[in-house]
Amino acid sequence: MSRSFTPKVITANALLEGDVIYWSPEGTWVRTLSSAEVFEDEAVAQEQLLTASSQPAVAVGVYLADVAITDDGPAPTHFREEFRTRGPSNYAHGKQVELS
Amino acid sequence: MYQYNDFDAAFVAERNAQFRAQVERRISGALTEDEFKPLRLMNGLYLQLHAYMLRVAIPYGTLNGAQMRQLAMIAETFDKGYGHFTTRQNIQYNWPKLKDVPDILDRLAEVEMHALQTSGNTIRNVTADHFAGAAADEVEDPRPTAELLRQWSTDHPEFQFLPRKFKLAVTGSAADRAVIRAHDIGIQIVEKDGEIGYKIIVGGGLGRTPMIGKTLAEFLPKADLLPFVEATVNVWNRLGRRDNKYKSRIKITVHEHGIDDIRARVLTRFEQIKPTFKGVDRDLFAQIQQNFGAPVYRNAPVDAHTAMRLANPAYASWSDTNITAHKNDSYAIVSISLKKHGATPGDASADQMRVMAELAETYGHDELRISHEQNVILPHVHQSDLPAIYAALREANLATANIGLISDIIACPGMDYCALATARSIPVAQEIAERFDELKLEHEIGALKIKISGCINACGHHHVGHIGILGLDRAGVENYQITLGGDGSEDAAIGERAGPGFSAEALVPAIERIIETYLDVRSEKAETFLQTYRRVGMGPFKAALYPDSKASAA
Repeated sequence: MSRSFTPKVITANALLEGDVIYWSPEGTWVRTLSSAEVFEDEAVAQEQLLTASSQPAVAVGVYLADVAITDDGPAPTHFREEFRTRGPSNYAHGKQVELS
Repeated sequence: MYQYNDFDAAFVAERNAQFRAQVERRISGALTEDEFKPLRLMNGLYLQLHAYMLRVAIPYGTLNGAQMRQLAMIAETFDKGYGHFTTRQNIQYNWPKLKDVPDILDRLAEVEMHALQTSGNTIRNVTADHFAGAAADEVEDPRPTAELLRQWSTDHPEFQFLPRKFKLAVTGSAADRAVIRAHDIGIQIVEKDGEIGYKIIVGGGLGRTPMIGKTLAEFLPKADLLPFVEATVNVWNRLGRRDNKYKSRIKITVHEHGIDDIRARVLTRFEQIKPTFKGVDRDLFAQIQQNFGAPVYRNAPVDAHTAMRLANPAYASWSDTNITAHKNDSYAIVSISLKKHGATPGDASADQMRVMAELAETYGHDELRISHEQNVILPHVHQSDLPAIYAALREANLATANIGLISDIIACPGMDYCALATARSIPVAQEIAERFDELKLEHEIGALKIKISGCINACGHHHVGHIGILGLDRAGVENYQITLGGDGSEDAAIGERAGPGFSAEALVPAIERIIETYLDVRSEKAETFLQTYRRVGMGPFKAALYPDSKASAA
């Protein structure tokens, strides 16, 4: 029996900046998880993953990441993805300051 | 210090021009990431968790004031104002932008630096004893040997696509400060019957399968170094397991074939290739050696240092821990701690880099070293200048008196930066350092090396930490395994796992219980943690770590 599909977003690193990016409902790359499209249907997710992966001069290392659906939008389910939304813990660098 | 000749300068310029064109083609879309990745890795450029990371080589950890100033300038112009010194004596920038990297490489070339072979399946930056040329116990300065190996290995056509990366370390002293027994090849300069030669150790390494290196040659005549090392890498290049990344390092080849079989193969190959060297390598070595003359020592009284020690307890404490004996009685080796309690191990701001450059230029014969323990060394300082150096370091937050103590922790970047990490390392190091500073126990505990890695690849050398900490992902939660009794010195040993891992919250209390146990069971204050562990074994520590498990304390 196959496991049921859990909600996911499409994420990658930007080619030029190197920072974390997410695939939006508009079919563009955005810089915050809250603006990412959440996929609850595996077929749609796989199809969009192909589309998102077809921009090699924009995004590097495109993959599907698990999220939980919360009242505030998608939230990471694994600490690695949580760190990716934020930046390092030893300095106020990265998304935790750049987006506020 | 080694000075680039015309060939070196032209070679680095050409490589930089090639990489600039490769970056342009990548940005235009002419190169895919699959095509570009091996090219960027050949130039030290990684894509990490939040950004690119550029690893710049500091060959055998040696640099001068102008080079340190340039590293500071790069940190400010192209990064976020700091750099991270690594366990392989390199510096990493954590935030460069792809389009800026060719400019950074050009700026490095201005001061005879590069990022070549700091990544990829090649022979990596050759490391050496950070006290090279200054240590009182040295047979010979290991840096000319390391520089010869650097030149030989750079762009060596046979060794650009090895089964895996390959790391060399060289020391000129019996006291091993370069962890040579945990390198693919470790080289110790030795003396036998008045002749200088090399002891060659092979097959050491940390990572998933930690191994202590085995002796390949007890005494190799100096003239045989390059053909012998080339024969060794050649044997591994042919036998090494390209089918399995986890079995590809030479330590596995040596383990699977046995050291005697490997030695026989190396000697056969050595006999074949030795005649092809024709002495060019010896002439080159002689030229290189001229670049590493001893500094012109100053003759002056050292009273200022002695008086200051009596007058200022903080200075006395700093000089107790951060000063090492120099081969010249009037001189000292200064270790500058990049481990202020609560700071990120190995990080220095651009301002701090400039302070260290200035001190090297003013008082230190323009020499700096990076240690694999992520500190900076002023190798040649006249003792009368120590008070002035201390005052300048204090101003710059660089005078922490903790070299070799519990807060002088090696930590890899971990999951705060590294894409391979399975857990964070830096916050663990920060918490341990702050906790023991708060307890004011650091000097009471004495010599103790804690080393932390954020994944099994062991960049933080946890296997050879007296206390080793390995961060793992256990069912989506950071979890930390503790090993005890590791040792990276000439008595090298792999630490023994204490038992089940600890959560991030439970880890620092667990370390405290280990230390309480040590203070309780040590025979006297002079018995170090490692000596106590070797005497009493894991039992008492295990009982303290897992009080509920009724572990036998026998």
